[in-house]
Amino acid sequence: MAEVNLWSGLRQFTDGELVVNVKADTVGKMLDELISIYPNLEPIIEAGVSVAVDGEMVAGADHTPIKPESEIFLLQQFKGG
Amino acid sequence: MAKDELSNNFKYIGTRPNRPDGLDKVTGRAKYGADFNVPNMLHAAVLRSPHAHARIIKIDTSKAEALSGVKAFVTRADFPDGLKGENFYLQENTIAGDRALYDGHAVAAVAATSALAAKDAIKLIEIEYELLPHVTDVDEAMKPDAPVIREGAQDHSVPEGLPPNIVSYMDFGHGDLEVGFSDADLVMEKTYKTEAAHQGYIEPHACVGQLGQDGKGEMWICTQGQWFIRKMCASVLGLEASQLRVTPSEIGGGFGGKTTIFSEALSLALSRKAGGRPVKLVMTRSEVLRATGPTASASMDVKIGMKKNGKMTAASAVFRMQGGAFPGMAPTGMALECAFANYQLPAVHHTGYDVLSNRPKSAAYRAPGSPMAAFAVESLVDELCRELNLDPIDVRLLNGSKEGSKSSFGPTFRRIGLIETLEAAKSHPNLDVELGPNQGRGIASGYWMNHGGETSISMALGEDGTVTLSIGTPDIGGSRASMALMVSETLGIPYEDVRVNVVETGSLGVNEPTHGSRATFATGKAAVEACNGAIKEMCRRAADKWGIDPEAIDWFDGAAHPSGPNAGDFPPMTIKEIGRRMGRTGGPISGHHATTYGGAGESFGTHVVDVEVDPETGRTTILRYLVVQDAGRAIHPSYVEGQFQGGAAQGIGWALNEEYIYGDDGRLQNAGFLDYRVPVASDLPMIDTIIVEVPSDNHPFGVRGVGETGIAPPLPAIANAIADATGKRLRHLPISPPKVLKAIKESS
Amino acid sequence: MMNNMHVTAKVNGDEVEFLCDPRETLLDVLRDRLNLTGTKEGCGTGDCGACTVTVDDRLVCSCLMLGVEASGKSIGTIEGMAEEDTLHPLQKKFVEHAALQCGICTPGILVAAKNLLEKNPDPNEEQIRYWLAGNLCRCTGYDKIIRAVQDAAKEMREAS
Repeated sequence: MAEVNLWSGLRQFTDGELVVNVKADTVGKMLDELISIYPNLEPIIEAGVSVAVDGEMVAGADHTPIKPESEIFLLQQFKGG
Repeated sequence: MAKDELSNNFKYIGTRPNRPDGLDKVTGRAKYGADFNVPNMLHAAVLRSPHAHARIIKIDTSKAEALSGVKAFVTRADFPDGLKGENFYLQENTIAGDRALYDGHAVAAVAATSALAAKDAIKLIEIEYELLPHVTDVDEAMKPDAPVIREGAQDHSVPEGLPPNIVSYMDFGHGDLEVGFSDADLVMEKTYKTEAAHQGYIEPHACVGQLGQDGKGEMWICTQGQWFIRKMCASVLGLEASQLRVTPSEIGGGFGGKTTIFSEALSLALSRKAGGRPVKLVMTRSEVLRATGPTASASMDVKIGMKKNGKMTAASAVFRMQGGAFPGMAPTGMALECAFANYQLPAVHHTGYDVLSNRPKSAAYRAPGSPMAAFAVESLVDELCRELNLDPIDVRLLNGSKEGSKSSFGPTFRRIGLIETLEAAKSHPNLDVELGPNQGRGIASGYWMNHGGETSISMALGEDGTVTLSIGTPDIGGSRASMALMVSETLGIPYEDVRVNVVETGSLGVNEPTHGSRATFATGKAAVEACNGAIKEMCRRAADKWGIDPEAIDWFDGAAHPSGPNAGDFPPMTIKEIGRRMGRTGGPISGHHATTYGGAGESFGTHVVDVEVDPETGRTTILRYLVVQDAGRAIHPSYVEGQFQGGAAQGIGWALNEEYIYGDDGRLQNAGFLDYRVPVASDLPMIDTIIVEVPSDNHPFGVRGVGETGIAPPLPAIANAIADATGKRLRHLPISPPKVLKAIKESS
Repeated sequence: MMNNMHVTAKVNGDEVEFLCDPRETLLDVLRDRLNLTGTKEGCGTGDCGACTVTVDDRLVCSCLMLGVEASGKSIGTIEGMAEEDTLHPLQKKFVEHAALQCGICTPGILVAAKNLLEKNPDPNEEQIRYWLAGNLCRCTGYDKIIRAVQDAAKEMREAS
């Protein structure tokens, strides 16, 4: 099970939880799992989020593997210039 | 100047050869967006709203139609209905629907046989407007009684009861703020404001679009990302992406402002209406400033707690940013992510608002959000340092983020180079220069996370053993040279034997634009992968010829070598030999790679600036400027230095002079380079640079993107230097002479 | 309505003739009538210098001059800077010093710098900066541009 850290503004969609345990081996599956546990997260995740896996920013690379001990954070979607 | 020994054990990486497109660019041969002309071409002109907010009652083109040479008109009616979300906003920004939302919003467009005829035609189009109340200031726009820009645009994040112009809300942090602030010996809380700035590229947007009744089209355009343009034009016009081929010209600057579409779809729409004739659309400078994508303006509250010894105990930030009349464009989330990235904080909280206003649709501008955040936070840190009589570099060294520390936005940092940049800055001779009267020194650090993203690439061997690399990221600042160096290094062949071509959307899979400081990182990494694929095939050809196992072959110095004496006694087979015979030995040899990269290494920087403030005029002169930034590995040091210096110059302009000035009528008052004042050669001194290299292990050569970070530290560094020089703290950018004078006179 | 005027002039040493509307600027004429697209339009109001050319050896923003005003004059553009296949020292040094990133301002700056060095072969840093103050560059921060001009000036002095 991987531990996913959500940002505090998402509390309202997760019954107050900010750390969610998820069974997944890629970023994409992790996001799908989050949505199936908390369906209200779907519009936010569909709109786009970045994910930090062990300190590395992953934006739009759902195939990125995650391990049970990975540190995972959901972050605001990246916009560069 | 850069450190002398920047890289080690490389033959080509770290050298400074001439860029391959240098000759084209110093002779005027290089073709930019407006340099392309085709037979039977028409010229477009766009009629734009002179009102900040107005209902469009009627559009009458009859008088314009009578003008000789006029071949087509478009209004919103010529665009498909039913788009949602960002696609809808792109379409609405391309051409207004029922309302004009900002001064400069396109309302109608015309194509004619000459540019002058087109300009004459739009003067004859009659539009009936019903003026509506407008709002351009971010704090005003958040008030409950503010004019509403659009109903129902709030996303799920916005708490109940907030007025409709607040379209997005964010809230993140960790630790116990109350405990953190009570642990501090000094807590300061201040408000800082920045005004909107434009990327200011010298080349206005320009394209030639051609679209037939069959939905097949072509576009020549100066852009940072031809696949983004393809996708956006296809969405806005209801076309199939593969039927639209977009070719990037050379680009005269972008900085994020050319990663999206503004008026380009109009050229395609006009072309379709004009029987498929190509239509050239070139923006004027006034149109660029009024109707492309300046960055947001920001109003920011920051609070930091610090102990007497400089240790930071807690921090919080509330940022309000307006991104124009369209949701999702203010970089509030990025700004907050960058805000405290420099610091290890036991307790930190961020709150952010994305607000609508009657201004053009913001686009990215070099590290979007980071400069505003740096201005607020790094100014406040400086205010705390002054109050506690602490050295600003030492305070940053004490609290600075490092490998293994928890970032302000949550994840644990891997290896990063902030501390190294602080140490290099601290030991630079500029810091020993004695300051005279009315002079001051300011220091600030900054951060950008950088980006990987979708990348597709191909390389191919020529019959003469030279190599062509086809890339998807336009060359804005010399990146062709860096790609060629990485290919040379990987294949072991001379730099001159590699030709890099930036190709159109028909030649490769999708590529994200040259943005997010990603080109040298992502395109470079993919280039190395593609070369490795070709190397494998070249070794197989040698193995075939020698009758040995391909595993028993090493590739170096541009040739296949048997691994050891047991593998066989063969002279090396060079890339030239392999190329010459490849047709007969299995076919053409090429390498490809396509992936979406994550894990781009972040880049931290520290700037030191000395200023002199004239007490009679309030004018600030930059005496000395130092940029220290972590590049991971500098592939071509001259172009890394160039990014440092360019970012610094834009930051200096933003700090001292640049701002969007709106009148009470909601119209942009300074839509030209005379009054939108960017730095000129006589404003700046030489800009000293130190390239720090803390390699990122996610890139074969350790590259970290460098393009963006450099624009963040100048805003606070200059404010800090001016405070040092005058004793006055200015918290509202730009710190222009009238403001400085007012502050100086206020105390005396 | 056709009201084009017929104009003859010299551009980069060559006799040229063209038709243009009296409202067309010299910049429009160079780019659209004579197909010399090396000179760029950055602002159309004489503020950015991207359209810099010489008119009878004097630096001019070609966006501020009408095409018809070129009648009988001798215009110099970026296309005339190199001698056949030999680059002007400024052009060479700009590439060597990485004094360009996007390159859009480069033609204007080269024309302006060449004019400076013809008038003052040994300018100091301040003189170069003030001479080029009318040429905006958004990419480089001007540092490498100034160094390239200094280095070209040095090479030209040593060669003469």
